[in-house]
Amino acid sequence: MDNLTLLTYLFVGASFALYIGIAIWARAGSTKDFYVAGGGVHPVTNGIATAADWMSAASFISMAGLIANMGYGGGLFLMGWTGGYVILALLLAPYLRKFGKFTVPQFIGDRFYSSSASTVAVICLLVASITYVIGQMTGVGVTFSRFLGVSNEMGIYIGMGIVFAYAVFGGMKGITYTQVAQYAVLISAYTVPAVFISLTLTGMPLPQLGLGSNLAGTDVALLERLNQVVTDLGFNEYTTSVPGSTLNMFVYTVSLMIGTAGLPHVIIRFFTVPKVADARSSAGWALVFIAILYTTAPAVAAMAKYNLHATVNHAAATGGDVFAPEASLVYEERPDWMKRWERTGLLRWEDKNGDGRIQYYGPNAGAKAEAAGWKGNELTVNADIMVLANPEIALLPNWVIALVAAGGVAAALSTAAGLLLAISSAVSHDLVKNVFVPDMSEKGELMTGKISMAIAILFAGWLGLNPPGFAAGTVALAFGIAASSLFPAIMMGIFSKKMNKEGAIAGMIAGLSVTLFYVFAHKGIFFVPGTAFTDLIGGPNSFFGITPEAFGTVGAIVNFTVAVIVLAITKPAPDHIQHMVDSVRVPRGAKAVDGTHAH
Amino acid sequence: MDHNAEGYWKATLALIWKVMIVWFLVSLGAGILFAPMLNNIHLGGYPLGFWFAQQGSIYVFIACIFYYAKKMGEIDREFDVHEE
Repeated sequence: MDNLTLLTYLFVGASFALYIGIAIWARAGSTKDFYVAGGGVHPVTNGIATAADWMSAASFISMAGLIANMGYGGGLFLMGWTGGYVILALLLAPYLRKFGKFTVPQFIGDRFYSSSASTVAVICLLVASITYVIGQMTGVGVTFSRFLGVSNEMGIYIGMGIVFAYAVFGGMKGITYTQVAQYAVLISAYTVPAVFISLTLTGMPLPQLGLGSNLAGTDVALLERLNQVVTDLGFNEYTTSVPGSTLNMFVYTVSLMIGTAGLPHVIIRFFTVPKVADARSSAGWALVFIAILYTTAPAVAAMAKYNLHATVNHAAATGGDVFAPEASLVYEERPDWMKRWERTGLLRWEDKNGDGRIQYYGPNAGAKAEAAGWKGNELTVNADIMVLANPEIALLPNWVIALVAAGGVAAALSTAAGLLLAISSAVSHDLVKNVFVPDMSEKGELMTGKISMAIAILFAGWLGLNPPGFAAGTVALAFGIAASSLFPAIMMGIFSKKMNKEGAIAGMIAGLSVTLFYVFAHKGIFFVPGTAFTDLIGGPNSFFGITPEAFGTVGAIVNFTVAVIVLAITKPAPDHIQHMVDSVRVPRGAKAVDGTHAH
Repeated sequence: MDHNAEGYWKATLALIWKVMIVWFLVSLGAGILFAPMLNNIHLGGYPLGFWFAQQGSIYVFIACIFYYAKKMGEIDREFDVHEE
């Protein structure tokens, strides 16, 4: 076993030992422990746990790569996935905390005085959370196989075992305190390489400042040089390229924002704090801890992209002619990290013009590339490399690489655990207890919760082992569902006293249906390949050029509109419900969270 | 709804509107709609529109939430509906 593998085992093993230790310490003794960690979590602690809950394998491994590919347009992920916390803090979290129950479907069920409303909410929650959890389980497998050399399957089994240890026995309590530890691991794994790289490239240790600085030893700004290099090589200008149209970027950002605010696994974290005022500030703390990664990511993206170009084209770094024959890197002289990542298939080279050199360029290079005798782009780079191989590209020591491995696993496990809790509490509390066995004892419900959690873990593991072919596209779907179904229902439940069950249910079903219809039109009915029906809706992105990932905003507008129309032709919510909304709106009288059902 | 509760809710909504306008202006506004225009201005090596989209909006979001939390605390006490 070489030094790097040994260090990686050591880092990942030590982090696992820590999680298990916390699991033993934080066992759940009551349903209150299991669902809301006892309800006494400090707002800053909850902020850290929320940050770990939120930042998934996708945030950790894939986001910087996505931004590197998209340039300026990648900002939609940054703004969307952070701006949602403002909505959550202002419009949802404090009121749901005041309502004081264990789950999101329970709020919808009680507020709209209807088990049907609650059941529709459970379905939306399950679809959103399960699609989301698939990505986490595959993320665990991917990280394990790339860093530890074990198989994908083995990685998923190990991940399941660890989550089992603290989520089944500890519930929300175990998950909360493990997430604090996981945050520490993932944030250091993300920022340490970024600081080194920023320092090397710009002489500025803070990546957030480095991205806006000049390249070390020159008076050229990093972003200016990057723009120059990528446009020379026929890619779109880095600081201005927009995905699709400005309208699409706009609605995509809005979809991610309201989807973030409507995701149940995030909302339930705010049920764990003692007071309504804590729910407000805790959202701020969550965003502080999220922002540390989210403001570093764009620096990682731009710097890794620059480093990659500088590696394969000598002229990119010096400002010379990138089309000169000797500027392209000779394949046999490529650095070790390229060899290592070629083996994983994330990096591929094909010598199209047979000169033994790597030509990496974009679609707009046209005549210049032809004149240089280039026969097409020769290098295929998987976006995940920007984070995974970053420490190697920047020649950082092996312990940093090992740390990144532990960080990737921490990011995937912490999000998976939060999602699994949202899933299992919806099943044990909103389905089993509310619909099937209303007179279940506290002890019985705790046991049901633990069993649901165990089943959810096995199910998620199975999905991770047999990922449906569409795994990559599903996380976007989770946001679309949360944005078009749950967010409008919760918001109207708080801000419209008159909104009734007919309006809310019709709205949720309409919003969800129109979003699924548009997504399925592009990606196939339930993602079954070959069943897409884009022709039927007039071609891809036919609705004002909006992509299916961005469609949650439209779904939300449909939801609101249908709900308001139905409300106008039916009787408004009864008086006792309107009084309930009045009491939800004021902080005084906030009780400890409990699980009593109102109907 | 008594007079006090009505006043409290009005004050709350006014604050929410105020903060949401800032939220909109820095992200969907400066980060997307006005970004091409703002890119003519530079903040160090950052074109300003790009900076809002990938850095600035996030910092302002944090300020928005803490400002809101502080002001809500004041409104709670003013209308005497704060938690004990």
